[in-house]
Amino acid sequence: MSDATASPTAPGELEAEALRQDHRTRWLMSLPAIAIILCAAAGPLMVMVVYSFLAPGDYGNVKWEFSTEGWVSVLLQRDIFDGTLAWADAHLSIFWRSLSLSLITTVVTLLIGVPTAWFIATRPDGKREFWLFLITVPFWTNLLVRTIAIQELIRAEGVINLILLKIGLIQEPIQMMFTNFAIGFGMSYVYLPLMVLPVYAAVEKLDFRLVEAAHDLYASRWKAFRLIILPLIKPGVIAGSILVFIPSLGAYVTPRVLGGGKNLMFGNLIELQFGQGRNWPLGAALSLTLMVAVMIALIFYVRATSRETHNG
Amino acid sequence: MDMSTPVSEAAEAQVAIDVDRVSKIFPGEDAVRALDDVSVGIRRNEFFTLLGPSGCGKTTLLRIIAGFEPPTMGALRLDGTDISRLAPDQRPINTVFQNYALFPHMSVARNIGFGLEMLGKPKREVNETVDRMLKLVQMEALKSRKTSALSGGQQQRVALARALAPHPRVLLLDEPLSALDLKLRKEMQIELKRLQSETGITFIFVTHDQEEALTMSDRIAVMRDGRILQIGSPRDIYQRPAERFVANFIGESNFLDATLSAGHVTLKAGGGAFAVTAPPGVADGPVSVLVRPEHAAVRAGSPAGDELPATIRNVVYSGDATTIHLELGSGELFKAKMSNSTGGGATLPSQGEPAVVTIAPGAVTVLKD
Repeated sequence: MSDATASPTAPGELEAEALRQDHRTRWLMSLPAIAIILCAAAGPLMVMVVYSFLAPGDYGNVKWEFSTEGWVSVLLQRDIFDGTLAWADAHLSIFWRSLSLSLITTVVTLLIGVPTAWFIATRPDGKREFWLFLITVPFWTNLLVRTIAIQELIRAEGVINLILLKIGLIQEPIQMMFTNFAIGFGMSYVYLPLMVLPVYAAVEKLDFRLVEAAHDLYASRWKAFRLIILPLIKPGVIAGSILVFIPSLGAYVTPRVLGGGKNLMFGNLIELQFGQGRNWPLGAALSLTLMVAVMIALIFYVRATSRETHNG
Repeated sequence: MDMSTPVSEAAEAQVAIDVDRVSKIFPGEDAVRALDDVSVGIRRNEFFTLLGPSGCGKTTLLRIIAGFEPPTMGALRLDGTDISRLAPDQRPINTVFQNYALFPHMSVARNIGFGLEMLGKPKREVNETVDRMLKLVQMEALKSRKTSALSGGQQQRVALARALAPHPRVLLLDEPLSALDLKLRKEMQIELKRLQSETGITFIFVTHDQEEALTMSDRIAVMRDGRILQIGSPRDIYQRPAERFVANFIGESNFLDATLSAGHVTLKAGGGAFAVTAPPGVADGPVSVLVRPEHAAVRAGSPAGDELPATIRNVVYSGDATTIHLELGSGELFKAKMSNSTGGGATLPSQGEPAVVTIAPGAVTVLKD
């Protein structure tokens, strides 16, 4: 090797040139992707950032003058008489509702989705496709239609109440529509496939001999699940949780239909600012707040779950 | 040449695993009788091998002993207690799996300590045992590695240590050497034998490799189509195979037609009468006999006395020995294997020339089929 480096053709330079060429081709080939990302993601995002620092127009839209009022109003509200600032209780309760309902939805879809994925993955070859197909069927129908179908189930004269009344378990219909329960129920139903599919992919890859080995080494069913299965399907569980949690936080249709006008969630609050509220800067600021909150939540979640793996 | 000794009273009392008329049928459209009325007593501290071609039921029997499959019929006893209905985690039996099945998300030490941890042993005891096991399999240096970063041989050692750590009463080994290369396999064969005698645990070893079985086992059960054909020491099995299948499966064989009469056989190919002990149930008349290639010698010349006339077809040199393929006077093909250390191969006649074959006294075995 030492004569090679000392040779007059200087292979070091040649390699550097090869590397430069390689970089050039890579840049050229990724140009279309970069262009799309700039136009479709970064562009609108910049518009939002700019709008959030402008003043609201009288009939919607924005006035081109600098203002931090949009950002201040995310958490605080200004008294219309003396201009003093106080906590925006309405916003805070909406944030809390979004967060708690999204967490509940994630947990519910986990509890239902993991056994479902397990069931499908342990079917014999050739029968799994059928079950997977059933899981994806709801995607063929419009979200609004599915949400209204849920409404048909839980409304006062709906299927659930009728059955409960018939068998005499209740004397009066239970009020389920326009409650947090209705939103959680609807979101769990809508986002369940997003949990099942990635968990299925993880369970399908699982080496079941490891489970046998755990039982052979005196692990009970629960211990084998907790110590062997769960850590090994964790990537799927994490992916599923993210796929459910994020759209839940920003959900719009389901809370709107099932939660009614009083039980707003983050998505509805944003929509309100761009609609009746006529406060686009606040809407933009709220959107960016949601985005940052999701990013922070993700970082913590991935950190926490990967740390547990390393402890093993 | 010792006769297969009948199981004595003392040996009966030492039985660790008693497989009592176990059958296993996998239901379905093409229902298979994986095990068909199998009975075997595996003694304490024994290195017992289940040997047979793939699909013979040996792995099924192992899985039934481990508890992964319930027997369709029959009972399984460990030291006299019926364990047929116990779950795997209720049995003091551990398994070394064919592909090791090491937990990929755990370190070497945690893998080895897993069984003891599950048994609720105190942390200190677990750590001590893990260290002892690491030493036993010579893996101290790799204690905190992830198992995915290990070579095949190292994974094998970890799998062994993991199964031995809880000090089971019986250790099951499901073709654990099949994934290793030849040299490593030879090393591990000796290693396994050493571990078995050091730990005093009963080993039940499953393999399709006859050489592995002969090298390591105290006793071998040869299986085929869900049945046990013969149980015996490696010497028994090799020298006195009960059936043609066993003879064919273990070692190289010549099968010749012969006539049995009053404790002697006469080969169709000629040569004198050979004194034999016919297995029970074989009547006088035409029989099939086995002659191992290494029990025959070949030289040039014309036959005298009990020698058989033959024609040389082919001579194959393989380093330590020379194999001579011959055609006997009866038209039957015959293989003779002569050690090169005696210089036997050097003076052989060449292809097409006449030769004579001498079969060692006592080398003719009458087969049951």
